[in-house]
Amino acid sequence: MSDTPTRIFLPGDTTACALGADAVAQAVAHEAAARGLAVDVIRNGSRGLYWLEPLLEVQVGNRRIGYGPVSVAQVGPLFEGGLLRGAPAPGFQGEVDELPALRGQTRVTFSRAGIIDPLSLRDYRQLGGYRGLTRALTLCPADIVNEIENSGLRGRGGAAFPTGVKWRTVLEADPGPDGRKYVVCNADEGDSGTFADRLLMEADPFQLIEGMTIAGLATGADRGYIYLRSEYPRAAEVLHRALAVAREAGVLGDDLLGSRLAFDIELRIGAGAYICGEETALLESLEGRRGLVRVKPPLPAIHGLFGQPTVVNNVLTLAAASTILADGAAAYRQHGTGRSAGTLTVQLAGNVRHGGLYEVPFGAPLRTLLEEFGGGTASGRPLRAVQVGGPLGAYLPETQWDLPLDYEAFAAAGALLGHGGVVLFDETVDMRRQARFAMEFCAAESCGKCTPCRVGAVRGAELIDRIAGPGDQRALLEELCETMEAGSLCAMGGLTPMPVRSALAHFPEDFHG
Amino acid sequence: MLNDRLDYGTPPRRDAAPVALTVDGVSVTVPQGTSVMRAAIEAGVPLPRLCATDTLEPFGSCRVCLVQIEGRKGYPASCTTPVAEGMAVTTRSDSLQRLRRNVIELYVSEHPLDCADCPADGNCELQTTASELGVSASRYGGCADRPQTAKDHSNPYFTFDPAQCIVCHRCVRACDDIQGSFALTIAGRGFDSVVSAGQQEPFMASDCVSCGACVDTCPTAALTENSIIESGQPQRSIITTCAYCGVGCGFEAQLRDDRVVNMKPWKAGKANEGHACVKGRFAYGYATHEDRITTPMVRDRTDQPWRPVSWDEAFAFAARRLRATQQQHGRDSVGAISSSRCTNEEVWLVQKLVRAGFGNNNIDTCARVCHSPTGYGLKTTLGESAGTQDFASVEQSDVILVMGSNPTDAHPVFASRLIRRLRQGAKLIVADPRRIRLVETAPNVRATHYLPVRPGSNVAFINAMAHVVVTEGLEDRDFIEARCEAAAYTAWRDFISDPQHAPEAAEGVTGVPAADLRGAARLYATGGNAAIYYGLGVTEHSQGSTTVMGIANLAMATGNLGRPGVGVNPMRGQNNVQGSCDMGSFPHELPGYRHVSVTEARHQFEQAWGVRIDPEPGLRIPNMFDAALDGNFRGLYCQGEDLAQSDPNTQHVEQALAALDCLIVQDLFLTETAKFAHVFLPGSSFLEKDGTFTNAERRISRVRQVIPPLAGLADWQVTRGLARALGVAMDYSHPGEIMDEIARLTPTFAGVSYAKLDQLGSIQWPCNDAAPDGTPVMHREQFVRGKGQFALTPFVPTDERASRRYPLLLTTGRILSQYNVGAQTRRTANNRWHDEDILELHPQDAEQRGIRDGDWAGIQSRVGETVLRARLTTDLQPGVVYTTFHHPFSGANVVTTENSDWATNCPEYKVTAVQVSRVTAPSAWQARQRATDRAQRALLQPARRKDESLRQPG
Repeated sequence: MSDTPTRIFLPGDTTACALGADAVAQAVAHEAAARGLAVDVIRNGSRGLYWLEPLLEVQVGNRRIGYGPVSVAQVGPLFEGGLLRGAPAPGFQGEVDELPALRGQTRVTFSRAGIIDPLSLRDYRQLGGYRGLTRALTLCPADIVNEIENSGLRGRGGAAFPTGVKWRTVLEADPGPDGRKYVVCNADEGDSGTFADRLLMEADPFQLIEGMTIAGLATGADRGYIYLRSEYPRAAEVLHRALAVAREAGVLGDDLLGSRLAFDIELRIGAGAYICGEETALLESLEGRRGLVRVKPPLPAIHGLFGQPTVVNNVLTLAAASTILADGAAAYRQHGTGRSAGTLTVQLAGNVRHGGLYEVPFGAPLRTLLEEFGGGTASGRPLRAVQVGGPLGAYLPETQWDLPLDYEAFAAAGALLGHGGVVLFDETVDMRRQARFAMEFCAAESCGKCTPCRVGAVRGAELIDRIAGPGDQRALLEELCETMEAGSLCAMGGLTPMPVRSALAHFPEDFHG
Repeated sequence: MLNDRLDYGTPPRRDAAPVALTVDGVSVTVPQGTSVMRAAIEAGVPLPRLCATDTLEPFGSCRVCLVQIEGRKGYPASCTTPVAEGMAVTTRSDSLQRLRRNVIELYVSEHPLDCADCPADGNCELQTTASELGVSASRYGGCADRPQTAKDHSNPYFTFDPAQCIVCHRCVRACDDIQGSFALTIAGRGFDSVVSAGQQEPFMASDCVSCGACVDTCPTAALTENSIIESGQPQRSIITTCAYCGVGCGFEAQLRDDRVVNMKPWKAGKANEGHACVKGRFAYGYATHEDRITTPMVRDRTDQPWRPVSWDEAFAFAARRLRATQQQHGRDSVGAISSSRCTNEEVWLVQKLVRAGFGNNNIDTCARVCHSPTGYGLKTTLGESAGTQDFASVEQSDVILVMGSNPTDAHPVFASRLIRRLRQGAKLIVADPRRIRLVETAPNVRATHYLPVRPGSNVAFINAMAHVVVTEGLEDRDFIEARCEAAAYTAWRDFISDPQHAPEAAEGVTGVPAADLRGAARLYATGGNAAIYYGLGVTEHSQGSTTVMGIANLAMATGNLGRPGVGVNPMRGQNNVQGSCDMGSFPHELPGYRHVSVTEARHQFEQAWGVRIDPEPGLRIPNMFDAALDGNFRGLYCQGEDLAQSDPNTQHVEQALAALDCLIVQDLFLTETAKFAHVFLPGSSFLEKDGTFTNAERRISRVRQVIPPLAGLADWQVTRGLARALGVAMDYSHPGEIMDEIARLTPTFAGVSYAKLDQLGSIQWPCNDAAPDGTPVMHREQFVRGKGQFALTPFVPTDERASRRYPLLLTTGRILSQYNVGAQTRRTANNRWHDEDILELHPQDAEQRGIRDGDWAGIQSRVGETVLRARLTTDLQPGVVYTTFHHPFSGANVVTTENSDWATNCPEYKVTAVQVSRVTAPSAWQARQRATDRAQRALLQPARRKDESLRQPG
């Protein structure tokens, strides 16, 4: 027995905990105490390999040996089998960094996820954290914006709008007599099958805080808000504590790293509406109103929160900004393809064997994700359909699985990458039900402001129920889709036809009677 | 020139660079920031839409107004898309029409299709749009309807039918952005969205103030006036002016089969710009109430039954009595009181009758008891007896001081304008003994300073404000030097700098913490454009005139006069207070505020009328009462004022009226005053006559006859008849001719005529060769009197002081739903909001007296006693109690005293020392009032029977 306690890592991540990580962590502490062994249980974030959670890691020298999935019942045998030495024992995965599922990725934004203690600023700094802000403090706002623009970073929330252009607009916008500008982080991650934002916030919250601070410096905003969905209580807890740590350490607040420049962040919790992930509805909600979509123009960049110029970016976009400032635009841009620069965080969910988070450069074929990383369906039955980009994304048949992960390529194929959520369905899927679900989802989550979405979604679900009935219901559904697409106020109603139409186009056999 | 009947879809943009574009090939140039929709409609290209209307900012919800724009993707909504230089817009294409039809079809799929039975049939935007696009049914058969809730009938004036609602949010937006009440919202989400008052309460239980803005803007039958549900859609309309408060809103009186079925606020009315309140919008039913007296009546003694007579008999009877009185008691033994509720033309005739017919100057007006100190104070300091601004000026104010005025209740349509400005960020200072609603209209719209000034200490307060300005060096020296009398300024400066005027010294008197007052003074002096709005809480005091001068001093010292956004603005209580004063209804002034002792002024009238004008001023109202009790004043012609209810010290007034030999009352109803009358001349409501009103911003607006006079004669014809019986020639065939005479004889009205009023809509005087279209903002280059005159304003405490016997101070005011003595509003469903006057008092004062909420409370002053139900509220400070005076039985004025303004005799309604105690029965006066009321109603019966027989359709 040595004097230094052995470091054992068990994720405090929501998914890992849902799979029993808290109980395992307790069992480990209990077991170690019972055996008189000195262990230090660190609640890290998840590495994103959810099929291995709870993934227990033990530090042996410089290596971290993994075991997973670990159950409470296995904890005793693990200790028995030489866990603290990294000995092969039940669930033994070897050195975690060497797992093919990690080695095959290009971890940029998630380079620290699962490795560090999320609330340790020292861990964060040791792995490159706050280099970006330190550099940004030496630059003028326009130069920070240039750096982001040159990186080719595009909004990761789904719309893929060039981040540099947005920041420049805010930088150049006149804040009027009020004088304020804001940075708002959209952490209302509501797409089914997505969890990258949450994983990042729970695993590496300082990266987001640093990215927002950089956005503030770049645009002249001294106040930021994180709009976090209420379904993420653990992320809320982590962020809450991380913000306090950052303030205490002077990387947030009135005097950033002694620069006399100010930026602070307030965490706000949503109230359970999907539509509040739409940036203008989010701003309404932040202002204390109903989450109703605003018309554009005016753009939030010019007339945003409380009528002031506002950066609204997704968690991953803001997080990427810290990496870009730390390592330079060129380093980021070397990843990716065409106009899709950098990395995409794919989240595999649904009927998938190796569900989890995979960060890959843009341009990788979808099939690689489905087959190599995902390992096919969980049921073992043949894969039939894949929905990419959340509940408003298209259903892709096998003929489209070779599409490269690239915004333009997906758009050309009538699909979208969105926030990188990929949901797999095996041959038992009923695509008519899936199409109906799209309309139902829209009906349930519509803010109700515009007519095509408010009424159209309900009529759409009814039509799909009757699609095999008398009359040309299909033609009417097609017209309805056109009306929603062309007439809706925001992407919610405008994109709802996409899964419906793709299901109709690629799986027509499911719609006959 | 824009067409005020057309809805341009989105509001205009002003003061912006021109942008040229084409819409369907038609070139149009509009200011930057204008919507594509508005540009199209201005270019003559109509665009279908349901959620857009030009009184509200665009919302983009209906998606019917979609267009195509060259070089842009998709189908942007024209209402929310701003124009751009060179833009080429297409509004008609097959794909656009299909898209619009398909959107309308979605509406139709969830809307009842019983148009023929719908109250909005023929006036429904969904019906019109669907028909224009050729959509008559929906292809979506067998679909779900929105969860239905029952119709809301709680409001007496309109019904909410959720089944007819298309969720366009127009009502919610109107409530928020026009009215500022935030009473409505949308409950539920998506398909379940439904308009909801408050937290899904009935309208009457919510914060709704029944202004009607939601009803006006509703495109379907979801919100409909009950009068229209009952009578059907109007067929035609006539533009006229509201007869309630001094805002003077323009209305379209809408008729169906010669019956008024709706009063729709007039969008082009400059005082209200399409907005209204619960009184003007809905409370017009009194005009045809069964209590209306439509037969002239006479009696020899007031204990005799009324005898219905013909008009000529009534005129002859009245003339005989007046002449007999004059013969017996002298020329000065008779006089008249004109009404600030009547038109300029009618008031003009009454003062002309007195001066030319009675041969004296015994003419006064009810403005005596409200804003006479304004006339005196502003004339002395600035040179003109009128407010300095137009209402739109407030839209450019940065700091707004509201003193002794309760705009949300007394001037609600202006209050909405003011609140809009507050929501844009203007700062508010409220000085009032009560925490009025304006202090906090919404959680984030509240006064920067609320200063609870103790009743009777206004002069000390306004002096302390000026003291801070002067001693802290916040004056506008350039303005003072250029615009004001130097010597008067120096004298005033020395006076006001004296430490006795410091906020710290005044605090003991005013009750306003010195630090707050200093903060408010600094804000007023340095916060940008600063405007003062004040009401009867300033004027109705023993030092009312002094406070008005103090207000003018403060505005001059800080340079806050002579441009938009600033100024000194009296909030006039009645529709024509300004006008009745302008028309020479004062015993000392001829029309246009020219003193009767001025020979040239008198000469002008003598020449025009062919009579001799008495150079001696006549009696003011309180002098008339005193003279009546002395036996020197015996005959009174009272036009539309209820002296017995509205003047102070009721018992004194009653004794004076009872002492008259001849009281002629011209009114709509058997008022408290009419119970003392010998001749009753039926009046006509504002719907029954032509004329003009002049509102608080000096705006002259036309009153147009909408229905024939119920009694056969309009008020101006009644005065003409009485004058003729007295031998005074009044050869007018139409009120327009009276206005021509007014214009000839009144310099500030020189350019006014009905033709010009028709052309411009309304005119703010002065209107003459120098200002042919009128004058929105006065004193621009110089003051009317030349240089501004700082007046010394020493504080002299009122005699009405709290004492051991009368330890509380009673102050009075108005409530939103009722109007003054309530003769009109009490005869409408407005009683649903306020059916009795209540005594408000602080819980601390109540506890000391053992009074609980709802108890009967006796209020005793040195002149009288009355009893009201008590309500406990912390909106008042301890030591101050408050009530309204809308119901005759309340007897609020039984308690008030004849104490009055030193300069103008305006009664000190706002300060009466009283004691309050818990009681179990009405006061002796109230018992008498009930008995008299019963007796006098009985004496009315013969006349009522004749009235009814006349009303039977022939």
